[in-house]
Amino acid sequence: MARLIALGAFGDLLPLQTGDVTCTEVMRETLFCVAPYRGQHKAVSAALKAQLGLSLPAAGRRKIAGDAICQWIGHDAWVVSAPVMLDGLAAVSDQSDGYAALDVAGAGVEAVLARLIPLDLRSTTFKVNHTARSLLGHVPVSITRTGAQAFEVMVMRSMAASLVHDLQVAMSGLARRGSA
Amino acid sequence: MRINCPHCGERDRREFYYMGDAVAVTRPAPDAGPDAWDDYLHNRDNPAGDTRDLWYHEAGCGAWIVVARNTLTHAVHGATLAQKAAS
Amino acid sequence: MRLRNPGQTVTFSFDGKPVQGVPGEPVAAALLASGIRLMGRSFKYHRPRGVLTAGSEEPNALVTVGRGAAQDPNQRATMVEVSEGLEVFSQNAWPSLRHDALAVNDLLSPFLGAGFYYKTFMWPASFWERLYEPVIRRAAGLGRLSGKANADLYEKAFAFCDLLVIGAGPAGLMAALTAGRAGVDVILADEDSAMGGRLLREVEDVDGRPAALWVADVLAQLRALPNVRLMPRTTVTGAYDQGTYGALERIVGADAPGECFWRIVAKRSVLCAGALERSIAFPDNDRPGIMLAGAVRAYVTRWGVAPGRSVTVFGNNDDAHRTARDLAAAGIKIAGLIDARADLAVSADYPVFTGGSVTATAGRLGLTSITVTHQGGTRVIQTDCLAVSGGWNPSVHLTCHMNGRPQWREDIAAFVPTPDAIPGMAVAGACHGVFDTQGCLRDGAEVAAAIARDLGFAPEVTLPVAEARAYAIAPFWETPGKGRKWVDLQNDVTTKDIAISAQENMRSVEHMKRYTTQGMAPDQGKSSNVLALAVLADLTGRGIPETGTTTFRPPFVPVSIAAMGAGGQGKGFAPTRLMTSHHASVAARAPMIEAGLWYRPSYFPLEGDVSWRQSCDREVNYVRNVVGVCDVSTLGKIDVQGPDAAPLLDFVYTNRMSTLKVGRVRYGLMLREDGFVMDDGTAARLGPDHFVITTTTAAAGQVMRHLEFARQVLRPDLDARIVSVTDHWAQFAVAGPRAQVLLNTVLDEQITDEDWPFMACGAVGIGGVAGRLFRISFSGETAYEIAVPARYGESLFRQLVAQARTLGGGPYGLEALNVLRIEKGLLTHAELHGRTTAYDLGLAGMVSVQKDCIGQAAARRPGLVDPMRERLVGLRAVEEGRRLTAGAHLFAKDAKAVTANDQGYVTSACYSPTLDCYLGLAFVKNGPERYGEVIRMVDHLRGVDTLAEVCHPVFFDPEGGRARG
Repeated sequence: MARLIALGAFGDLLPLQTGDVTCTEVMRETLFCVAPYRGQHKAVSAALKAQLGLSLPAAGRRKIAGDAICQWIGHDAWVVSAPVMLDGLAAVSDQSDGYAALDVAGAGVEAVLARLIPLDLRSTTFKVNHTARSLLGHVPVSITRTGAQAFEVMVMRSMAASLVHDLQVAMSGLARRGSA
Repeated sequence: MRINCPHCGERDRREFYYMGDAVAVTRPAPDAGPDAWDDYLHNRDNPAGDTRDLWYHEAGCGAWIVVARNTLTHAVHGATLAQKAAS
Repeated sequence: MRLRNPGQTVTFSFDGKPVQGVPGEPVAAALLASGIRLMGRSFKYHRPRGVLTAGSEEPNALVTVGRGAAQDPNQRATMVEVSEGLEVFSQNAWPSLRHDALAVNDLLSPFLGAGFYYKTFMWPASFWERLYEPVIRRAAGLGRLSGKANADLYEKAFAFCDLLVIGAGPAGLMAALTAGRAGVDVILADEDSAMGGRLLREVEDVDGRPAALWVADVLAQLRALPNVRLMPRTTVTGAYDQGTYGALERIVGADAPGECFWRIVAKRSVLCAGALERSIAFPDNDRPGIMLAGAVRAYVTRWGVAPGRSVTVFGNNDDAHRTARDLAAAGIKIAGLIDARADLAVSADYPVFTGGSVTATAGRLGLTSITVTHQGGTRVIQTDCLAVSGGWNPSVHLTCHMNGRPQWREDIAAFVPTPDAIPGMAVAGACHGVFDTQGCLRDGAEVAAAIARDLGFAPEVTLPVAEARAYAIAPFWETPGKGRKWVDLQNDVTTKDIAISAQENMRSVEHMKRYTTQGMAPDQGKSSNVLALAVLADLTGRGIPETGTTTFRPPFVPVSIAAMGAGGQGKGFAPTRLMTSHHASVAARAPMIEAGLWYRPSYFPLEGDVSWRQSCDREVNYVRNVVGVCDVSTLGKIDVQGPDAAPLLDFVYTNRMSTLKVGRVRYGLMLREDGFVMDDGTAARLGPDHFVITTTTAAAGQVMRHLEFARQVLRPDLDARIVSVTDHWAQFAVAGPRAQVLLNTVLDEQITDEDWPFMACGAVGIGGVAGRLFRISFSGETAYEIAVPARYGESLFRQLVAQARTLGGGPYGLEALNVLRIEKGLLTHAELHGRTTAYDLGLAGMVSVQKDCIGQAAARRPGLVDPMRERLVGLRAVEEGRRLTAGAHLFAKDAKAVTANDQGYVTSACYSPTLDCYLGLAFVKNGPERYGEVIRMVDHLRGVDTLAEVCHPVFFDPEGGRARG
């Protein structure tokens, strides 16, 4: 019989600190993609509210209640951080190991991300719990503002090393320039 | 170039995959005959002016959208979900 | 010569000789301060040249900065900032700047005028590539590339704002201040190292203070506003669609990135780019020491450097007088002021020549004297600096980037922007044709206030008091008479070249540009365009507005490709996708090769292996005889769920998936709508409304897009959802006669052939982890694919490999996988290459005619089911030891190997250790009817010419008994 060992997506690539920006791995035991069937949006929202204490957020938004997270992830699709029972209401796919996530935070975080992501991330337009799908360099990501100077970046697990590489290049460029 | 995604708002063109004329939305019946299929598959206008094309927000939300734009002024007039344009 | 104590200085080098400079001042200023006027040799004639301007428009003083891999050619000495240890080199001169051998070109100039190479190097044609072009390239040209990879760091970045203010002179500063105070989110970009524009370069007061102090005060106010971002050293290079602007930032600092290319998205913008001075065409007007008057003023006022000891001023407008006045006030000797206008009364402490012009100049490596012809006669003036002003051209360039055509304004003898030429862009200040300081301040403030109001803010306009001098000019383009009068200094174009152009009927300004090359150099003719078209207008008897301008295109200043493509070198070129077994494979010394974005092990060498073939053959034997393990996680895995999941799959696959039983897998073929094959894979039914389908590695993205198109656009009536789960699952093929034995060492519950027949699928437990098992085969052997969540992937891979080794097998890589599938005639994207149909592949029977599917209608077209199409066959080498090669073409045995005789081509080939011969898959005209025929295979690229027998594409175990177990 086998004995399987679980390994993180980033190996020893994280944590990473350069200048005033730090990257750390976000560990999540479970993550499920929820895609409501036609006409079931309200029913799914209600079921999630009952099971997780969270209804479906609007496009481009994330909701948090206690440890539970519900985050928009694309056209007709959300991710939730805990198992849910939505039989007949929505397609539920286990994505617990499909994504790797990291926190990138610090005074220069917006300057770092401005070098990689073609998104308007100004705090006046992209506020805490705003989320977006976009590209970081050439890597498809899901990015969420988690604080005044903090973002979470989710990436397909197989691209975790590329994500760290691109962040590292941007962080070191900024550090070498001395200021943003 | 920037395109207004109905889900994501205005986004850089690099996030989108371009397919071509929105005529692809109106698929002929299987037995529509060779001419109808030939038109659907191959024959395209090359308008100097307003046009509607299909784009896929591949590096964004994953929605197929129909974008109305002008080939002369490069103005983007708007975009709708192809799902709505089709049904 | 320095006019004031420079304070702290640093040492840099020019052509290897040390020069003192003030940190941050332009190299050109430091060279002038050291009495160095000769800075380069011209493009074509190798004429000695000095600096003409004090800005990014500089056509002459181009230098190379740094050496070796870090060498940057064609940098403008007016823009490069002095720092300790900086190495600067002149260009286009050999053996030295003072003694340039190719200056002989200048003596040959009567033969080298406009269009010379079109006429001279006509024949023989073969000489062009071998002789003419190399010689011309060596003689002409600017700086040289090092030829080494550039290791410097470059950046690109994105920025967003409500209002982008382009240029921080009086108009730009007031625009930023007015909008910024109102709360508008502003970016103020200016290409200079210090913001202030001409206010830093003039002797005048604003609000009762010296202009530079007023600028410092405004900048302090702007810095204090959180909604204003200042971007000095940043040139806005282009205006693009939907409010996107390109901008190039120069970054200073020894260790810092060299440049950053910004893409700025702004709701609105205001162009406050100022104006550029133009010269006058007079004989030998290109000598070092002849400069534009505003530039001379800038060197004196801003940097405290006198470009000469005895300066003459020559102009046709009031601004020239300002130069004489300011220089005299700074203690510089004015040898004379020459104004082309006759009806002027000027009183000054220096000689004034009205109705005059410069008709000759002297000085081989630098100006020594000029000849003036004026109302009172002709005289020679000893002078080492001539400050010229032919008037000012508003910097309209950005307004032309979307096809806007500037308009001629008679009163200022210059082009001004057409309103609304760029959606969302307004224009203010000198580039708007406003040439006095008070007017610029007001224009900037008022334009910004209007924009702020549009954006919903309530701006207040407070204007400082400043000079409001009128600008008077009388057009004067060219001194009459003979002599070489230079127009475009960077491309060595004279008025005579323009005359030849007109004479040869290149009368359109666009033709003239291309025939003479005027305006085609890196400076894009900023200091010469208006002068050139005015000369052309005179020659052709048209007015300037009728002659028009050439089209200004981005970028406004040269932008290095390195900056635009920043981040794209090396690992930044494309993301890499790594399998969970990656580190284990690398540790086993497997060479990793790219498969799309993924990296896969090619083979696993063992101690003593002398070639990859040895490793590959061993791995094939593992699978045929024992058991092999291969990571197949790169295949696309897509969850398809919903009440209409089955009908959706029926619509995208040629065969029916709705009849598939839960717990079973079926092979499927997808077509494009034009009837050609897009991809193949498997569909596994995990529940009544739940399938997981696989795609080939290379096509995973395309298939996902295609499925979403089918679901969202073509069949929105079907209620199904699609999610890529590729990354969630690590999946391994376990193949070979002992595959089941191996699996039973890791599975929580033993499996048997009865429970898990061929094409079965379902849930299994592996050490308590919930996984999936599929009994499918890509090798023709008894085989399974086992999947676990990716976090357990590496661990499971290591255990499967260890167990396989215990049984006498081991891991296998892509090479062995390829051999195994060729032996079985199974397909990859070598065969599904976008030009083959189901019919070509012998799979016509898989296209159901009982239902509609994508591609079915088009696949029925007669041309796609013609027996004479190139159709899939197997090839077996018949000549001992002669290999078959993919990409080779096929010919009838006795036919000549030419295109007309082409019978088809080889898509895949390998040596089969199982059958001990070379095998190939190929597409041959009417192939399935030609089994047994011996055909000739020719690979011109690899020099292979051999014979092969056409046969059925399944070489091994054609009945398929081994896979079924």
